[in-house]
Amino acid sequence: MEGMQLRDLKTASSEEVSAAVARSRREFLWAAAGVTAGSLFSFAPRVLRAAALRPEPKAVVVTFGGGARDEETFAPEGQENIPNLVQTLFPQSTFFAQVINKGILGHYVATASLATGVYETFNNFAAVSPHNPTVFEYFRKDLHRRANDAWVVAPSNGFNRIGESDHRSYGEGFGAGVILPKHLLASSMSGGTTGYDHLLRDSYEAPFYTPELAGNEVEMQKLKELLKLSVEDFSAHARSLASPDELSVYIARRLMREVAPSLLWITLHDIDIAHSGAYSMYIEGIRRSDRLCVEIWTAIQSEPEYAGRTTMFILPDFGRDSDTDPGGNGFQHHRTGDPLSRTTWMMALGPGIRKGVVVDRPVESIDLVPTLGSLLGFHPRFAQGKALPEIA
Amino acid sequence: MNAMLPAQLTPESFRRYPPQARSICVEHLEMLHQLPMILVPLLLREAITYDWRFPAERRELDRQLAYLGGLSKPQLDALLRGFSQLTLSAELAKSEWINTPSVFIEQLTTHLWATHQMDIFRAAAEDYAAAWQAANAQEPAGRQRLGIVVVGQGVAATDYPLFRKLRPKGVFFTNVSAPDGLQALLAKVVARASAQAQPYGHWYIDGGSAEAVGPAVTAVSYSGLESARKALLNRMQGVIESGSGGPEALRTLLAQMKPQDVGLAADGDAAVLGHFQLSLLTEGSGTQIFSTTFAQWAAREALRRAQPATVLVRFAPRQRQQPMNELLSGKHVSNELDPEGSLVDADMAAYYTWLNQQRLSGADQAAFLGWFENHNQAIAIGPSLPHGTVSSEPATLEQILTWIS
Repeated sequence: MEGMQLRDLKTASSEEVSAAVARSRREFLWAAAGVTAGSLFSFAPRVLRAAALRPEPKAVVVTFGGGARDEETFAPEGQENIPNLVQTLFPQSTFFAQVINKGILGHYVATASLATGVYETFNNFAAVSPHNPTVFEYFRKDLHRRANDAWVVAPSNGFNRIGESDHRSYGEGFGAGVILPKHLLASSMSGGTTGYDHLLRDSYEAPFYTPELAGNEVEMQKLKELLKLSVEDFSAHARSLASPDELSVYIARRLMREVAPSLLWITLHDIDIAHSGAYSMYIEGIRRSDRLCVEIWTAIQSEPEYAGRTTMFILPDFGRDSDTDPGGNGFQHHRTGDPLSRTTWMMALGPGIRKGVVVDRPVESIDLVPTLGSLLGFHPRFAQGKALPEIA
Repeated sequence: MNAMLPAQLTPESFRRYPPQARSICVEHLEMLHQLPMILVPLLLREAITYDWRFPAERRELDRQLAYLGGLSKPQLDALLRGFSQLTLSAELAKSEWINTPSVFIEQLTTHLWATHQMDIFRAAAEDYAAAWQAANAQEPAGRQRLGIVVVGQGVAATDYPLFRKLRPKGVFFTNVSAPDGLQALLAKVVARASAQAQPYGHWYIDGGSAEAVGPAVTAVSYSGLESARKALLNRMQGVIESGSGGPEALRTLLAQMKPQDVGLAADGDAAVLGHFQLSLLTEGSGTQIFSTTFAQWAAREALRRAQPATVLVRFAPRQRQQPMNELLSGKHVSNELDPEGSLVDADMAAYYTWLNQQRLSGADQAAFLGWFENHNQAIAIGPSLPHGTVSSEPATLEQILTWIS
């Protein structure tokens, strides 16, 4: 309840703070990557970009559950933490510097909102499906895609129902399969988890909460058939990894290789260790996410099923509290609802996407689904966001 | 159960409150009758613990209630219009907000997020806070405040650039001689406490084991609360293992705990500190398991609530990262420490401690010192020191303490 303190609350204009953040990101990126002001909004006509797209495009969405602040990322003092995003991915991307999340700042409900294009309002810690159709349902139903063409790889704390809504016009049978690598690892460790503890970290926001698993979550036996991955090989590889997010990316890459879904959604979560209050661990999480993003992009370029036809989106679900809001405790939480905790960014990379472009007009996080709809050819009729013309 | 409205409050409504809390609520009953529904539990959350609040907090609550009581009904309506616009669910309106305001506010927060009213609440709170602060000048600092943060215990060598966020505010010393640095700093705190004794006016917080400082200084340490931490974690684990506890059950448990439940003092003069220590463990995320988080949060809360003249915070190495559930369960916990990571944690915490000190009265005259323990680096901030300066001249901690005064 820190956000509810009645005293010491400073007056601030949300719009001014968000715009300042966007300017800061833009100026830093120009300096860091040599982008010129002329590239701002200088996007090509849609028809030319549409012609550049190949048939049956694919999309990979990477979200950070556990937002990262400007101070530790795109501000000058944060650049040391994201060398891959800045130097490798940004020059190839269209970068949205001011993405506003007007919804609930809890990771599951916010990620669900990203996936539905509607600000969902359910209890963040409840084992419930999104109430509005997900991007996976629009994609599969509109385009008549098989079940294996849409997948989610997510942390295990409550994300098991994110692949499919309870909407009566969509829902059961139209969603994405969900792989929860940590849960799989734990379930495969019948002889104990020694040696794997570092991969089984829990939610630091609600550490004891393990919702009942259900929905489209994949169990080990199915995973074995799907990914051609034995329990022994999975366990052995897991032992060589440093964090839950590395395990998620390992599974995602395997999924790309063996199943090649056209719509793949990966939610990283290591950054959320910030809730423990240990700043060094939060920074480690950011650096790891930075490295994993370029690893995913490299995998896209190297997989024949993906190379040259895949658009990748990278975005945090939201930010974190600012240092100067007395109602919060800085980086540790995202409870105040202040402008910095609501303002984040998004990168888009792929064929037809203009490179090294910074868009600093405000957009919303729920614009992602309509944008994906325009790119992939489905109609997200219940989504409340708008397709981003700079991309779609 | 029917919804209880503020206008229906009677002296009997507060029969379960501690004596002083009941007294101030009854004294201001007529004013409470006129407030919007949402604001009353927020005030009661402060009032219900009045008996165990620090003197500075009591004075502030007294002034706030007097301020509200001095406004006419039209003035109250105008000032609190934002709160009046907020809507509650029927279930929430019927909940027990008088005797468990903290639980109510947890539920209210969820409701405000879910109904997209959080921004309205923030705006209402900001308007109210601005009016309150304009009408009531902050209590002047009795003397110059002094904040001291000691970081880096257990780090033999590092190339981590310390105090980067603080360097623009003062002088970064790179040639500090401090063979008995910690003792010198503790002596300074004790001397200030002796010169201007005031209850909870001078604090020493240690992320490890506290050194002896005497009764004039309020001392809190991570090691000193080990048995309380273990007792708390056992209770939390019990909720989980019962299979019936989700986050809400856990939060309710924490909100309703009493100091005596975990072996902390609950009676007499010691009750104030006992309640404060319990709040560090039940309201601070990560304070139960990471000593760096504990020390940072304890300093924040001491500054925010007690508004002391002096605070010394010493960070100690925390344990290495492990799965959170295992850390909390106390099973398979390694004792391996992480001094390097703790230095980074403490460096950020030093900046947060300075920020929290700056939120108090007399900020422009306040002094602040950060020291890399047993090394030659220190940051000094004070009214007479330049900003953004580096000094490689030899200096002792005693000299720097003189310069920042």
